[in-house]
Amino acid sequence: MKKAAVLRFPGTNCEFDTEYALKREGFDVQIVWHKEEKLPECDLVVVPGGFSYGDYLRSGSIARFAPIMKAVEAYAKEGGYVLGICNGFQILTEAGLLPGALKRNNNLHFISKMQHIKVVNNDNKFLQNCKVGEVLKVPVAHADGNYYIDDKGLEELKKNNQILVRYCDEEGNPMVLNGSVEQIAGVCNKEKNVFGLMPHPERAIEAVLGSVDGVKMLRGFVS
Amino acid sequence: MKAVVNVYLKEGVLDPQGKATRHALESLGFKNVKEVRIGKQIVLDLEAKDKEEALKEVEQMSETLLANTVIEDYDIEIKE
Repeated sequence: MKKAAVLRFPGTNCEFDTEYALKREGFDVQIVWHKEEKLPECDLVVVPGGFSYGDYLRSGSIARFAPIMKAVEAYAKEGGYVLGICNGFQILTEAGLLPGALKRNNNLHFISKMQHIKVVNNDNKFLQNCKVGEVLKVPVAHADGNYYIDDKGLEELKKNNQILVRYCDEEGNPMVLNGSVEQIAGVCNKEKNVFGLMPHPERAIEAVLGSVDGVKMLRGFVS
Repeated sequence: MKAVVNVYLKEGVLDPQGKATRHALESLGFKNVKEVRIGKQIVLDLEAKDKEEALKEVEQMSETLLANTVIEDYDIEIKE
């Protein structure tokens, strides 16, 4: 059975949704408190959404120094799979495990809605079950989701197929949601073992939630 | 010793809060404002041998935690 560790900081609020979604995919899930210094043996680490440390200073900036993060950095360095969702994405960029940074949304609103995203690259574990150009429906809920990276960094992302998904409309046309550079909604590292995105795949896993597209994404970590 | 760290978005990185505030000022009749940049000020009370040592330490703090140098610049003022 595949094993997953889901991190929990003070202010995390998506750990149980994430646990539920991963259990549905057959994962044995353990929630790990931020004060732990070791990760359990696992095939995947998820840094879930929420408001770690109340988003004080900058979203993710304090969580990034929690004791467990040293273990996550070592795990990632050895090639272990790490997925950051929403606040988890912010924490991973603050930690330098993913390139770029997440700024306040351009319109200064907390944007909470069902959103379409387009798959840009699928030559990675996470999106291997999705097609390039495929439009997925996954909810977003964030105030600091405005992805920034400088021109040089953006070139690197493109060169290495590191852009995972972009915000778009129902037909897949580019759509400005929060001001992100080139509508980027998620990226991975160069080695393609660390992933981060603002949309919440764990909230799109049953028809009653309005979409099941998150299953297709999360299932990438099963095979 | 007191240290004041000012953190603001880098030149060229769009500041949405500053932009909204500039629009608000404009609608209040302050037509001469070309740009508004909003940052934050972090005031530290710390112990240090001298100003130089304090500055060195606060620089380290800024690089590691207080600013995200991917998007932000900072300046430091040390007060006795």
